[in-house]
Amino acid sequence: MKVLVAVKRVIDYNVKVRVKPDNTGVDLANVKMAMNPFCEIAVEEAVRLKEKGVASEIVVVSIGPKASQEQIRTALALGADRGIHIETDEEVQSLEAAKLLKAVVEKEEPKLVILGKQSIDSDNNQTGQMLAALTGMGQGTFASEVAVDGDKVNVTREVDGGLMTVALNLPAVVTTDLRLNEPRYASLPNIMKAKKKPLESVSPADLGVEVAARLSTLKVEAPAARQAGIKVADVAELVDKLKNEAKVI
Amino acid sequence: MSILVIAEHDNSSLKQATLNVVAAAKAIGGDIDVLVAGENVGAIAEAAAKAEGVNKVLVADNAVYGHFLAENLSELVAEVGKGYSHILTSAGTTGKDFMPRVAALLDVAQVSDIIRVESEDTFVRPIYAGNAIATVKASDSIKVVTVRPTGFDPVAAEGGSASVEQLDVVKDAGLSAFVSEEKAESDRPDLASAGIVISGGRGMQNGDNFKMLEQVADQLGAAVGASRAAVDAGFVPNDMQVGQTGKIVAPQLYIAVGISGAIQHLAGMSDSKVIVAINKDEEAPIFQVADYGLVADLFEAVPQLEEELKKAL
Repeated sequence: MKVLVAVKRVIDYNVKVRVKPDNTGVDLANVKMAMNPFCEIAVEEAVRLKEKGVASEIVVVSIGPKASQEQIRTALALGADRGIHIETDEEVQSLEAAKLLKAVVEKEEPKLVILGKQSIDSDNNQTGQMLAALTGMGQGTFASEVAVDGDKVNVTREVDGGLMTVALNLPAVVTTDLRLNEPRYASLPNIMKAKKKPLESVSPADLGVEVAARLSTLKVEAPAARQAGIKVADVAELVDKLKNEAKVI
Repeated sequence: MSILVIAEHDNSSLKQATLNVVAAAKAIGGDIDVLVAGENVGAIAEAAAKAEGVNKVLVADNAVYGHFLAENLSELVAEVGKGYSHILTSAGTTGKDFMPRVAALLDVAQVSDIIRVESEDTFVRPIYAGNAIATVKASDSIKVVTVRPTGFDPVAAEGGSASVEQLDVVKDAGLSAFVSEEKAESDRPDLASAGIVISGGRGMQNGDNFKMLEQVADQLGAAVGASRAAVDAGFVPNDMQVGQTGKIVAPQLYIAVGISGAIQHLAGMSDSKVIVAINKDEEAPIFQVADYGLVADLFEAVPQLEEELKKAL
């Protein structure tokens, strides 16, 4: 079966994020960019499904500026077969991203679509669920285990207070949580091979989707800093302070 | 304006987060109705009707909503919610699961995880793991919003007298089915709403050592949490994770043990009233946010803490 994986180019998770002095956003100039960590887990899961013989082809799709092709190449180096780049320099919000992905789903007809549960820039946690709604598919969000079984997929989900397993009819959408797998690193030969894998570029207009922002960001500020308190000498002083000064125990 | 709040519950009791979401709805202003969807939820509807500021409680009581499957719940909420100006729910794993589906069905944007209301269409929310705070204006006719409970003080659980109305709307999308669940059994309070939380990090070295924290937690009536590093290392399950990718907590007292204080973790607990850090590395960033810092080996300090608490409490 064919698996579609969506990946996003975001600020590298090791980079210290700085708010621009004019409060219009976060400073992305000359900042290292990378594949969103939850998307790496999505790619890894697809590759494992292929290694198990469950998936026959992995198509990876990314939405964003020209440079997003780097992340598609990374996914190809990790084991995806073919890339689709939806090129736009506009800000694409979750609903529009879901509409663009829906157009790709209609064309490619994958049995399974795997996305990260959220991107570490906007932290929205929306696109997978919206795509599932727009395409009329079931969804297994925050997945820690994915098991394809005939025309169904069982997804174990990380929920408040524990785990919950659902059975979804295929085709279905899965969004990944941290413990689903541990992504591999791309080997040098695979990075070289990835450069020759097919990568198609399309525009939102080609897919018949108008990218229009529904939410406008009025300002972006740095969070209020918390003041460091005092160091205590030992446990006895700590307990005394908590009881008699802070009065929290 | 009219606001529909989707109650968070587990078919046995109303979660406190619902009261925080009603508080967010009050900050927006307008009539507040609460939708309780689930199975055998009569008592929960009664509880919701007593919450301060609630106008009407709508009840969708059917087995198809029993496990909060997003496919079914979203169709219900989209149908009931389309007559409202705002649809709100808690940003717990249930709300995060079904709410974007509601927004897509209504063809509107969603504003996720708000911590403040500026006006009826403008909200404040953290982005980049809490490293930046964005003020966002929504232009759609229906505002679909998830609320971070710790951003709002809960309304009173008692004192209201809303009417209760049964809905006869049964939506079974036929796309998904519940298979099983594994709930972490614990006598300790729920991490998200506990008054005191004690969390361990990579410094705990293994899962067995978390028993030390559990003993302290039991003395304090506290919940036990963990940093992402401890979860990634396999010490404890992910539902104990405090941080941007786990639970967001804001207890009266937060005790961080063997946690270095990565920004990811701070994003999940820095709104706590009092923060205590125990770490042997005096340069650990956790000390920059701690009200009381103790530079010590946790394997000596935690048993001592248990002893001192025995004397003090």
